Amino acid sequence: MVQETVHPLSKYLREAMIPHIWCTGCGNGVILNCFVQAVDELEMDLDKLVVVSGIGCIGRAAGYTNADSFHTTHGRSLAFATGAKLANPELNVVVISGDGDLFAIGGNHFIHAARRNIGVKVICANNFNYGMTGGQQGPTTPLEASTTTTPYGNIEHPFNLVHLAAASGATYVARWTTLHVRRLTQSIKRMLQKEGFCFIEVISPCPEIFGRRNKMRTGLEMMDWFKRASVVENFSDPSKAEISTEKLIVGEFVNTEKVSYEKFLHEKISQINEKRVGW
Amino acid sequence: MSKKGVLLTGAHFMNGDIACAEGAIVAGCRFFAGYPITPATEIAEHLSERMPEIGRIYIQMEDEIASIAAVIGASYAGLKAMTATSGPGFSLMQENIGLAIMTETPCVIVDIMRGGPSTGQPTMPGQQDVMQARWGSHGDYEIIALAPSSVQEMFDLTIDAFNLAETYRVPTLLLADEIVAHMWEKIVIPTAEKIRIVNRKKPNVSPEEYLPFMPDDLVPPMACFGEGYRFHATGLTHDEHGYPKTSSSEVQERLVKRLCEKIRRNEDKIMRVEEVMLDDADVVVVAYGIVARAALSAVRKAREMGIKAGLLRLITLWPFPQNHVAKIAGSAKRIIVPEMNCGQLVREVERAAKETSVVFLSKLGEEPHTPMEILEAIRRNS
Amino acid sequence: MPERMRHVPLDMEKAKRPEAEIHIIKDQCKGCGFCIKFCPQKVLEESQEINARGVHPPKIVDESKCVICGFCTAVCPDFAIFVVEKLSKEEIKK
Repeated sequence: MVQETVHPLSKYLREAMIPHIWCTGCGNGVILNCFVQAVDELEMDLDKLVVVSGIGCIGRAAGYTNADSFHTTHGRSLAFATGAKLANPELNVVVISGDGDLFAIGGNHFIHAARRNIGVKVICANNFNYGMTGGQQGPTTPLEASTTTTPYGNIEHPFNLVHLAAASGATYVARWTTLHVRRLTQSIKRMLQKEGFCFIEVISPCPEIFGRRNKMRTGLEMMDWFKRASVVENFSDPSKAEISTEKLIVGEFVNTEKVSYEKFLHEKISQINEKRVGW
Repeated sequence: MSKKGVLLTGAHFMNGDIACAEGAIVAGCRFFAGYPITPATEIAEHLSERMPEIGRIYIQMEDEIASIAAVIGASYAGLKAMTATSGPGFSLMQENIGLAIMTETPCVIVDIMRGGPSTGQPTMPGQQDVMQARWGSHGDYEIIALAPSSVQEMFDLTIDAFNLAETYRVPTLLLADEIVAHMWEKIVIPTAEKIRIVNRKKPNVSPEEYLPFMPDDLVPPMACFGEGYRFHATGLTHDEHGYPKTSSSEVQERLVKRLCEKIRRNEDKIMRVEEVMLDDADVVVVAYGIVARAALSAVRKAREMGIKAGLLRLITLWPFPQNHVAKIAGSAKRIIVPEMNCGQLVREVERAAKETSVVFLSKLGEEPHTPMEILEAIRRNS
Repeated sequence: MPERMRHVPLDMEKAKRPEAEIHIIKDQCKGCGFCIKFCPQKVLEESQEINARGVHPPKIVDESKCVICGFCTAVCPDFAIFVVEKLSKEEIKK
């Protein structure tokens, strides 16, 4: 055994910003790990990679990645990414953000980015609550779950993110948990090689803020839930992809091809210019 | 109008919105994101046709928040970028205007002012966003806002707005009223050599040495995505590396003060006013936008009547041309400020005018002040 | 057990089971326990020592049991553990 050494993925991280701010047992680090592993396996050009994030715990992921990165305002990561991708379609633009950022305050941008099919890749860490602000109810909080703003139990129905993404037009939709590290890495690799709008939901433990109010005090207990309840149902109907104590349906739900917005736009521009005389 | 080429040199008859769009094209705007709103929609409509035919990007976003966010993204991806809106949309943009200030994003935001608050009078003019332009986003900052008075200026000042945004890495506002935007007038688009275009300062060091927020003469050189610099930018308080330093009062003070200083210390270069018959003026009208045209007419009429009247037309609203107002306050007896609001820029005028008495002429609704109304005020106060 | 699996592979003598080299960057560990709990070979356990962050990093119980599946590497949120194949002396020379 060798004790002190350099991690093989450390070249993908900004040394000055590590260690990250995430709690013990938090899944965000696992997601970052799988993401940079996928980048490594694909031998992606880091000079052409842009990682964009919004506000929330996972929002710090952009800053930890040793590529061009931008930490936007709350909810606006996808709108920012749309501008960046359109402006320079050669860039690989990846949005890594949370369920609150992408689906509450940023929900409108999400459905429109998917509808437009802008070639931005989205990784959403779903931890069922607003972790950074101390554990408030959010758009994915399960019914009856206890949060700091639902002390009597949540009475709002949560979004099914993969169903929402599929219905909005995403060309790739998958859900994994932070326990499915291999499948998640493979899924991220697949997504990064696709053309249009792609979405991966990663169910992620938040023991310190969410779990301890919901009978899962540690990351291990939350990961145990993922292990116990997860069922891989690839290409099953995303509208039936439930998340409950008993059953957690994961898998790839959508993988289709559709011309991306930026390709459409640039094709249109060349068509217009061909028709013109004297240009 | 010919639909070919970037620069449509020659005389044209167009409205202010179209002139603004053409100005943006000439200034090098390669990305426009917007959302329909009266009375700014024609800018988007015109650019949706013009941008693709010259190989540039037009996108209609899902709202104004998305529009400004996409503009910031495009600017960081290396393109000059613009959005256009009116009061309600301008309000929605404010948070991200703060992001653009914090991340020092060069971009242009056109606000065609209509009557507010809220939905107000969508097709009617107003000058009610003057203070929103200055203070609309949260936190301390300095911003640049230009106020065109004619269709020609909608063209000229849009180019200036891009040049200022690129020079100082600051979002720059074109604050026009509905009349200037919808009015049709003759404009002359000059030849290329007569147009000055400024591009953002690029780093001249290697990626290893590059610090994205290390100022060079208050403004940091700007690398863009995909250029190999691998930098981080954030709306959080950040150090010269771009890394968050949210609990350091030293970094907060250094950063925010610099963001203000880069505008304040360059005020003389940024500020522009038009001075008409001020040398011996006893009564000076301070006006901007469409109102300044009525004021000019009134001042001329007053002179014909033997009243020593003058006009200080503000082209730059922010930073406020304090010294110009202070100067006239030293010689004039009265200052008259007509505005299409309930009193916004007049407060700045009063502050700068100190002892000299300032008369405010408010007008809201369908019409701006008539020359007769301003002339009457000049007569009463002479 | 099916009949075919009782047979020893013909090239068994040539085949060499790769040996693992587990690296633990102790002070980077936040003590979540994921690597310990989910190691399919139960190679790791919590140590008694306290690292720079005040938690017990994992220690290796039996490195020879490791099959280099790499799960610990992938599941670690803190980039604090990774496993590589130990190179033989000949391979190092190369």
